[in-house]
Amino acid sequence: MTTATASHDDHGHHGPAKGIMRWVLTTNHKDIGSMYLWFSFAMLLTGGVMALIVRAELFQPGMQLIRPEFYNQMTTMHGLIMVFGAIMPAFVGLANWMVPLMIGAPDMALPRMNNWSFWILPFAFGMLLFTLFTEAGAPNFGWTFYAPLSTTYAPSSVTYFIFGVHMMGISSIMGAINIIVTILNLRAPGMTLMKMPLFVWTWFITAYLLVAVMPVLAGVVTMMLMDIHYGTAFFDAAGGGDPVLFQHVFWFFGHPEVYIMILPAFGIVSQIIPTFARKPLFGYASMVYATSSIAFLSFIVWAHHMFTVGLPLQTELFFMYATMLIAIPTGVKVFNWVSTMFRGSMTFETPMLFAIAFVVLFTIGGFSGLMLSIAPADFQYHDTYFVVAHFHYVLVPGALFGIIAGVYYWLPKWTGHYYNENLGKFHFWMSFIGVNITFFPMHFIGLAGMPRRIPDYALQFADFNAIATVGAFIFGFSQLIFLFLLIKTIRGGEKATDRVWEGAEGLEWTIPSPAPYHTFAEPPHVK
Amino acid sequence: MYFRTWQRLSSVVLGLVFAPAAMADWGLNMPVGITEVSQSIFELHMLIFWICVWIGVVVFGVMFYSIFKHRKSKGAVASKFHESLGLELLWTAIPTVILIAMAVPATSVLIQMYDTTNSDVDIKITGHQWKWQYDYLGEDVGFFSNLTTTTDEIYNRTEKGENYLEEVDNHVVVPTGKKIRFLITSNDVIHAWWLPEIAVKKDAIPGYINESWALIPEGEEGLYRGKCAELCGVQHGFMPIVLEAVTADEYQAWLDDQRAGKVAEAAAALGDFSYDELMVEGAEVYARSCAGCHGTEGQGMGTIFPALAGSPIALNDMAGHIDIVINGKPGTAMQSFTAQLSDVQIAAVITFERNAWGNDTGETVTPQMIIDAKK
Amino acid sequence: MNSNSSKPDDFSGSKPKNTALKLVLAAVAMFGFGFALVPLYDVFCELTGINGKTAGPVERVEQWVDTSRTITVQFITTNNAGMPWEFEALQEEIEMHPGAWTQVEFWALNPTANDMVGQAVPSVSPSEAAEYVQKTECFCFDQQTLKAGEGRKMPLIFSLDPELPAHVKKVTMSYTLFDAGAFAK
Repeated sequence: MTTATASHDDHGHHGPAKGIMRWVLTTNHKDIGSMYLWFSFAMLLTGGVMALIVRAELFQPGMQLIRPEFYNQMTTMHGLIMVFGAIMPAFVGLANWMVPLMIGAPDMALPRMNNWSFWILPFAFGMLLFTLFTEAGAPNFGWTFYAPLSTTYAPSSVTYFIFGVHMMGISSIMGAINIIVTILNLRAPGMTLMKMPLFVWTWFITAYLLVAVMPVLAGVVTMMLMDIHYGTAFFDAAGGGDPVLFQHVFWFFGHPEVYIMILPAFGIVSQIIPTFARKPLFGYASMVYATSSIAFLSFIVWAHHMFTVGLPLQTELFFMYATMLIAIPTGVKVFNWVSTMFRGSMTFETPMLFAIAFVVLFTIGGFSGLMLSIAPADFQYHDTYFVVAHFHYVLVPGALFGIIAGVYYWLPKWTGHYYNENLGKFHFWMSFIGVNITFFPMHFIGLAGMPRRIPDYALQFADFNAIATVGAFIFGFSQLIFLFLLIKTIRGGEKATDRVWEGAEGLEWTIPSPAPYHTFAEPPHVK
Repeated sequence: MYFRTWQRLSSVVLGLVFAPAAMADWGLNMPVGITEVSQSIFELHMLIFWICVWIGVVVFGVMFYSIFKHRKSKGAVASKFHESLGLELLWTAIPTVILIAMAVPATSVLIQMYDTTNSDVDIKITGHQWKWQYDYLGEDVGFFSNLTTTTDEIYNRTEKGENYLEEVDNHVVVPTGKKIRFLITSNDVIHAWWLPEIAVKKDAIPGYINESWALIPEGEEGLYRGKCAELCGVQHGFMPIVLEAVTADEYQAWLDDQRAGKVAEAAAALGDFSYDELMVEGAEVYARSCAGCHGTEGQGMGTIFPALAGSPIALNDMAGHIDIVINGKPGTAMQSFTAQLSDVQIAAVITFERNAWGNDTGETVTPQMIIDAKK
Repeated sequence: MNSNSSKPDDFSGSKPKNTALKLVLAAVAMFGFGFALVPLYDVFCELTGINGKTAGPVERVEQWVDTSRTITVQFITTNNAGMPWEFEALQEEIEMHPGAWTQVEFWALNPTANDMVGQAVPSVSPSEAAEYVQKTECFCFDQQTLKAGEGRKMPLIFSLDPELPAHVKKVTMSYTLFDAGAFAK
């Protein structure tokens, strides 16, 4: 938690409440941000343990440790926990902490709704995790839960899963509304939209994506609920429905969802690189337009997840062309980051290391994404480890490294202490090495013919699976270095200045470190 | 094993530099495959791959140069430039041109892949939990194809065979030099039929028929192995495909064989079978067609697949036992097995289930009893 | 931010009420729109012919028969899981001219000891041919009830629209039989 204390211009407040009720009832964006971040870290470790169970089983061909039915539960829960419990709440936590500070607002526009948005999550995930201990077992149909495997053939825990998704969706929608209202209404005088920091812009756009597609997810799980319990046939051909309808509705949510999981990271990296290059972000307006283009395009490409489902030719061609187009604005962003670095005066503290690794490794993930967009070739890639390699590259050294970079970057502001730089760099190098050893070989085994979501494989895939497992354990255990470092920094360390980093620009660096419990009670004036 | 691992690791590094065809041998790359379509796809894959590599070299090259040269510790002083409309337009236009260049061959290959007209052979493929069923349209030939890797191999009780998890009892036999059309559907959940060497992958969707095609050139006779490529439940990783490509003449001979075999099977059902013969056959059928759900010791699995060892239906209710194997149980995962198993096989497996694992009813179920039950 | 004064940005009575009313009306309208989508989708699918499904019963109209070409039509059947009926096409393959009205028959038998309701779901391959299949009578239009042990022949009377594209020479009509007990009408 922060060591934030009340400051004297508090209009008669007595500082934060004491004890557990402080956290239950808080409407303070810093407290709520911290809760989201700790929650997401706990989920990261939980989902990580599941990943290690999966990788341990895949270390060698044959079933050694667990049975196939439990394996399917592990892969499913790993995906659900990481997507909905780790990555998304972490970005929301960073938004809660930083958006008000960056726009000079005293708090989020809807602070009580903010509290509720957070507190829904532990209950939603508690319910989901509890299904692991029931006789029927946890959801086992993949995080993409296609019907009819997830309807007619699902274990009874599917109902808890649906309920959990509804709760988590409500949390996200309310959080997104909060962000939009805050950004539109509470910017300090003089801060026009085109003067906002890029992290605020990317979260602004992400919030619109969330409001647009989370209801679609709610719709698809409600249709599932109806099919399972109320005799409808949305996804059952027997009653006139269609399993492919499920995929269309799910991926209409699913594709913007993956952009929801990366756009804030683009924003974080766009804050960090200029700071450590001591040079303004190259092409600010371009970056805003590129992010908006990516967000718009994300709505019209969903069926590239469905190339093998039997779409008509013209449909397949359309989705191939639209998907390929996304490479253009994404490329523009990468070129702009490199141009920001070029002829800068760079130092390589931990946030910068993670940000640079993001640019390189996310781009590699983007390349495999471009390959996947080529529909004829996708017939050989679809549902293989090539896809697993792709999305882990964009999510782990992509989104997750973005989050970690942001945490290192803003940690001194939150706690008032610099973290130990050597430990930070150690965490970085172990993570970087671990992540590549884990996921790079997956490109090869996917191309060589290994499908996804299988607990056991033919002998030719053994060597690279063994390598990937070793990498996974290295990467997984390295996150304990991060945990240690976070706790150590909260408790003490070299005192941080207001500006923290030499090249840092923005309103958040004009307040003391640690940030006082209440900030910007009076709006600052932005030139 | 460790030397091979290091060998592969260094080959990863070298493979990133050397020719793609060689990479295919080291298990690093997609197979080139045996059909014109699979080769076109491979070429498309390599084209995009190399374009990505070169873009990466240029972009990362500039970046790493900058990391090296433009560091504060080397005394670099930051410039102030922060925008350039010309540059933004240039690096929007160039990728657009590159993408159009990729889209053209991709479009023509896709159009080719969608043209299923004028087929010589039509095979209906039905995905089941957890096996494939093949029906040759117009030929009166049809059969199921089950994994033959044993649970002993899977659970590390015996050494794994060379084609571990890639072997089946009945291959899908096809002629070379003829256009084969695959009509793909499913009996239960979504599966996907995938054979990398002919670059065919299509989802098997219950209630709908999908189609795909392949033309294996003469000279490419042989065995090719594929997998199920859509999560379909517990045994998703255990329902492989083996395609056997033979000459057109061999294919006709095989068809005749299959038809003769069916006639012989029906005739055999009228013959006499001893208890021991039925038990041996039954054990085999059980291992292949029932153990996946009901367990190798008849112990069942969780709440979904009931145990057979010590179950009332295996100990007492013989008529019910026969009925449930023949007709399945609506509303559950228990299928009707008439299509998959002959009368002899059904009689054998029921006899086995009623006597194995301590059930010991001493009863024998004959093929004639199965024929009668079906009337 | 909770003043009751009449400053320009005060939020007295009517504004929040107005907004709330508008939002409730929008929600109701969206709900209604959801129901309206049922007929809207029917219109859309018919106009575009998307989804590879064949349309409902059509009027039998004498039309031009294109004797210059012959189309091979195959009939295949699949039983969905848990559907133990015998179900097969009595003619596996026929040759016909586009425009000619043809009748084929299917056989279905319920071998169980219970009365059952089945629903056959059609699917056409290639999917582009689906919009050219015209049916006046099909067992797939309705649920079929068969008593325990009962079997019967079921007819399909159809034609292929002469507009069927020239490159289509083979059409496969597939029927999947489902246990419709849960959806029995």
